[in-house]
Amino acid sequence: MKFDIYDFSVLTSSIHELLRSVMGETSVMITEMVIVGIVFLTLFSVLGLVLIYIERKVCAFFQQRLGPMRVGFWGTAQTVADAIKLLLKEPLMTKSADKFLFNLAPFIIIISSFMAIAAVPFALGLQALDLNIGVFYVTAISSIGVAGILIAGWASNNKYSLIGAIRSGAQIVSYELSVGLSILTIVVLTGSLQFSEIIESQRDGWWIFRGHIPAFIAFVIFLIAGTAETNRGPFDLAEAESELTAGFHTEYSGMKFAFFFLAEFVNMFIISAIGATMFLGGWMPLHFGELTSFNEIMDFIPPLFWFLGKTFFIIFIMMWFKWTFPRLRIDQLLTLEWKYLLPINLINILIMAFIVLMGWHF
Amino acid sequence: MSVKEVQNSKESQEYFVNMGPQHPSTHGVLRLLLTLDGETITNVEPHLGYIHRSIEKMCERDSYQQIVHLTDRMDYLSCHMNNEAVCLAVEKGLEMEIPERVKVIRTIISELTRLSSHQLWWGVMGMDLGAITSFLYGFRDREMITDIFEETCGARLTMNYNIPGGLMFDIPSNFQTKVKEFIIHFRKKLPEYDQLMTNNIIFRNRTEGVGILTKEDAISYGVTGPSGRASGWNNDIRKIKPYSAYDRVEFKEITYTKGDSFARYKVRIDEMWESMNIIEQLIDNIPEGNYKEKTRVVIKLPKTEIYQSVETARGELGVYINSDGKKSPYRVKFRSPGLSNLNALNSMAKGGKIADLVTIMSTIDLVIPDIDR
Repeated sequence: MKFDIYDFSVLTSSIHELLRSVMGETSVMITEMVIVGIVFLTLFSVLGLVLIYIERKVCAFFQQRLGPMRVGFWGTAQTVADAIKLLLKEPLMTKSADKFLFNLAPFIIIISSFMAIAAVPFALGLQALDLNIGVFYVTAISSIGVAGILIAGWASNNKYSLIGAIRSGAQIVSYELSVGLSILTIVVLTGSLQFSEIIESQRDGWWIFRGHIPAFIAFVIFLIAGTAETNRGPFDLAEAESELTAGFHTEYSGMKFAFFFLAEFVNMFIISAIGATMFLGGWMPLHFGELTSFNEIMDFIPPLFWFLGKTFFIIFIMMWFKWTFPRLRIDQLLTLEWKYLLPINLINILIMAFIVLMGWHF
Repeated sequence: MSVKEVQNSKESQEYFVNMGPQHPSTHGVLRLLLTLDGETITNVEPHLGYIHRSIEKMCERDSYQQIVHLTDRMDYLSCHMNNEAVCLAVEKGLEMEIPERVKVIRTIISELTRLSSHQLWWGVMGMDLGAITSFLYGFRDREMITDIFEETCGARLTMNYNIPGGLMFDIPSNFQTKVKEFIIHFRKKLPEYDQLMTNNIIFRNRTEGVGILTKEDAISYGVTGPSGRASGWNNDIRKIKPYSAYDRVEFKEITYTKGDSFARYKVRIDEMWESMNIIEQLIDNIPEGNYKEKTRVVIKLPKTEIYQSVETARGELGVYINSDGKKSPYRVKFRSPGLSNLNALNSMAKGGKIADLVTIMSTIDLVIPDIDR
């Protein structure tokens, strides 16, 4: 395959060799961990800044305005300026807040998304953790975040925050099911929970094309449930600024508020990345079974671009419906999940299993 | 009971939430004391007075010309209609004949005000439901009307154009072309409102069957305007007691029977179409003549009682003037639509969710300075 020329494992293994030549086994491992940690920290903040800028611009164009234009070229430095402002702000805390939990909550949320992003396959050979239960790991880790939201709502000692946190708890616990089941539909097809193998299995075509209608239904359900799990509109009931002022993070200010904000955007990236990996082939270029020359041309586009392109495509769809739809009500939200998405998902997964059993998929 | 005792007691207590006076969806400084059972509302108690400026008392001090300028601080979105109400009342007291030109221009201005008020309401309603995009769409179209008003009277928010006896200035020469341009523009844009909100499934679910107000309740609470007409009560003052030029234009009185939030929404959307019809009928037929009748510098009403009502964007605005023959009135009372519409809030919101309360509040279209005065 042509895209092997873009293999990142050449780079990573050469760094590994270089480190091996100067230090011992244990210190190499520690050094590499530190390097990976720093790379992810940088990625995390850069991703946050870029995504916030994109969201502002996308939302502005949907609303027939220009968005940030003053700071930097086309407002590109606006988010940096905002980050500096948030860093310099005083972290306020109400007198009656539970101080320990209040300070802990943002870190739980940020740690959960930090851990989840480690399993995301960015490109060929560019993945920090290629666990053999990768899918399971991501779904498990990403649900830790809800604990952070619940703690934030409780510790703030604010009635709006508490309502927002309880809403968010009900919402995330419910929609976790749909996310998990729609991912399982693809796992049924691939027969593996490992991200690298899932991507490898899409060498001849992405699952959304090859998996018949059930794969498409699973993709749509994944989009809906994924948006709900990241607490974004039209499912942003935990914040619901017109009802609960700012929901669970009403009392937070400064950098602690920024952590919630950053985690929301990075969670959106993770959900989109998982969606791109499961349904759209991750970093795998667009291939159509027999068209060899077409496939080879596609292989010249580096996998990282494929991955980012697909991920940002899904992010764009999420922003699209955030800025178009009104917000759901809490009972409608739960009805949608338990009465519609979950039964459809279960039947869908059965159909998919049947298709795989009969060998009908392409 | 002290705080400690409350915390230690095993009995469950009602969950109180103070919604407002600073809250994004109370549209001003209204404070609602909510009693909640989980997410379900068991009682809503509005607390008023945060923006009370004692306008009625100030009216007893001021001359009749000055009273007009106080009224646009009440319902600032229908300021031209408020001014018109006072002017009509004073003219009634003086038994003045008003030139035809003034009547027609007043009607056009009133309908433009209604349009701009409904546009803003539509945008804000979307924002209350979580669709922020509609807010900017509404403001985009409202901008054109505000520009027209700026050229006619010089202000963009608290506008004063009507004075007892006529208008402050004549209309500018490009008034007719600008209004026609706006109508052409808005006839194209109003279907966009339907595309974005009316036919959206989430929007339908959020509004249909939410906050039902029966016709009997609407009448007994005195819920006028679009909110009352959505319950099937024909209460349009423009039809019942025509003033200005409303007796010579053809328009439908929009009524729906369901009385839920969606009916209230539809009434306003349809009223925008009707307002455009009214303006189109009049804009080419503005009669020539004086733009104001001469009045005395110090207006003294004879010893009478006058009641004059107009249909603002929110309902019936009544102006009661009790004159004792002096240069300022003995007593002025405004029957503001906002206050009586707010009364029905509890009966509509009880049993609903917190999100429903927000929907109901935006569909009865509250303007807080109108409630408090």
